[in-house]
Amino acid sequence: MNRLLLFLSSILAILLVLPLFLDKYALGIFVMIFFYAYLGQSWNVLTGYTGHISLGHALYVGIGAYTTTFLAKDFGLTPWAGMVAGGVIAVIVALFLGFLGFRFGLRGVYFVIMTIAFAEIARLIVSHVEALGSFSGIFIDFSPSFWNFQFRGNIPYYYISLGLMVGSLVVVRLLEVSRLGRFMVAIREDEEAAQSLGVNTFRINMIAISISAFMTSIAGAFYANYIFYLHPNTLFGMGLSIELILRPIVGGLGTLFGPIIGSFILTPLSEISRAYFAKGGLEGLHLILYGVLTILVVLFMPKGIIVYVRRALRPVLEPGKAKQGV
Amino acid sequence: MDVTLALQLLVQGVLLGGIYGLIAMGLSLIFGVMGVINFAHGQMMVMGMYVSYWIFVLLGIDPYVSLVVVAAGTFLLGYAIQSSVVNRILDYPEAMQVLPLVAMGLILENTALLLWGPDHRSPQTALGLEALWIGPVMVDVSRLIAFALAILITSLIFFFLKKTDIGKSIRAAADNRTGAILVGIDVNRIFNIAFGIGAASTGAAGALLLPLMPVSPHMGHDFTLTAFIVVILGGLGNLMGALIGGLILGVTESLSTLLLPATLKQVVSFSILVLIMIFRPRGLFGGKK
Repeated sequence: MNRLLLFLSSILAILLVLPLFLDKYALGIFVMIFFYAYLGQSWNVLTGYTGHISLGHALYVGIGAYTTTFLAKDFGLTPWAGMVAGGVIAVIVALFLGFLGFRFGLRGVYFVIMTIAFAEIARLIVSHVEALGSFSGIFIDFSPSFWNFQFRGNIPYYYISLGLMVGSLVVVRLLEVSRLGRFMVAIREDEEAAQSLGVNTFRINMIAISISAFMTSIAGAFYANYIFYLHPNTLFGMGLSIELILRPIVGGLGTLFGPIIGSFILTPLSEISRAYFAKGGLEGLHLILYGVLTILVVLFMPKGIIVYVRRALRPVLEPGKAKQGV
Repeated sequence: MDVTLALQLLVQGVLLGGIYGLIAMGLSLIFGVMGVINFAHGQMMVMGMYVSYWIFVLLGIDPYVSLVVVAAGTFLLGYAIQSSVVNRILDYPEAMQVLPLVAMGLILENTALLLWGPDHRSPQTALGLEALWIGPVMVDVSRLIAFALAILITSLIFFFLKKTDIGKSIRAAADNRTGAILVGIDVNRIFNIAFGIGAASTGAAGALLLPLMPVSPHMGHDFTLTAFIVVILGGLGNLMGALIGGLILGVTESLSTLLLPATLKQVVSFSILVLIMIFRPRGLFGGKK
């Protein structure tokens, strides 16, 4: 464990000084790596640890982004407070969805479809609300200051997104070793067995979906103030819901480092190939590659790439065992 | 409220509902036999639309004629997807079953984008603008033909499943996979054919829709969701239920435009979906599971 901590701290130290050596474009790629790792981790809390598959997590991203922006634009509230408000709304919506899903026993495919339905309903409603910019979306005026959560250059965004990623790592680690986390994994493995052993599965499910929704909506607030443009189809759309689950799946579902490993592999791939293919008029090709990669991972390494990363790092992290050939 | 308008919308809803039924029946068949949900269903339909568009523009053959070729093409697509991917994931946990098909939808959607670009395309087919008047109600000829063909194809698939040897094997494999293996059915091949038929019916529906609405690469996922709603309305795995569910949804969506802007009609359908899942999870007419 100590070696692992040492290893992680050295990586963190490298990431902390890295901006000194990077240009704006490379920094932007790192921001996206941290952002999607954080987003994947937020989804991982619900789906990875309790096994309930959400294919509508864009819902919470959208709520976070729109609440923060609406409060900042119309009431002058700082996004630092707005994101908490967005989180609260996201939790309320998640509790409603969770109540319907878990109380009425919607399992598996039914739960998946309900999460999609909620995100789509939200997308359609937001598309018709004048105050939220309806179909054309909202442009955010650029007025950089700490209070406005807007900055010149990518360095502040780099550190904020890095902070989000590290923070989510700590939260999920604390969850993993807590009673709550153990109960969540018990639900994932066999919900009925957990219930028969006295676990209040409904309560645990509701807590898990709330944590996940709150974390996800923070990502929405960040995204709004990084991109400066909100559109219902991108923020509530199925495309984002799919995008945000790919990294934890490729990295390793239900593991602490899976979403991060997945993001470090997929995000640069997607950012670079998007730019590269779009130049040749081949937009969409990077998503085809994504799809193929996802299918290959599910078919041939269903536990994710983390299995191979662990194996590769074993000589560094556990030299004793490596020598014995375990 | 305008009675003529309501009647008009009712007729349009029924006619569109027949096509919804055909799309959803493919989805229901796939679920009923393999137990997987085809998250790429609408995207397959869009492929069907583009193929029939291509045939129309290049060769001048009407979509109602090229239907057979389109169905054959999407059958092969479905067959290939089942044999290369879905047969390998049948015993996976549900989370892992959902993802490859979602990914397949992503691949199909962006293949269409790559091949045909993001524009909406609507061909001027021979009967595209013809209309009949029944009393005060106007009926598009192309809608009427599409409805009739959709019902015909649906009946043919029913007949196929009831009477032919392959159809009987499909139903046997759906009822009891192990039992079917024991009596010597090549279950993997039967599954390939079943997925192929499911894909062919949604592809055929695509060809029928082509004269009715412009085609664009990103419309697939809306139709996937429509098919979900219809199937859950009718009961997952219940083929007759899919047809009736299609008619119900077609009429509901059409009539809801009396009260709401047309772009909000899906809010109604999604709300119905959530209510049905909560209060009648087996659908209105009973289904598997």
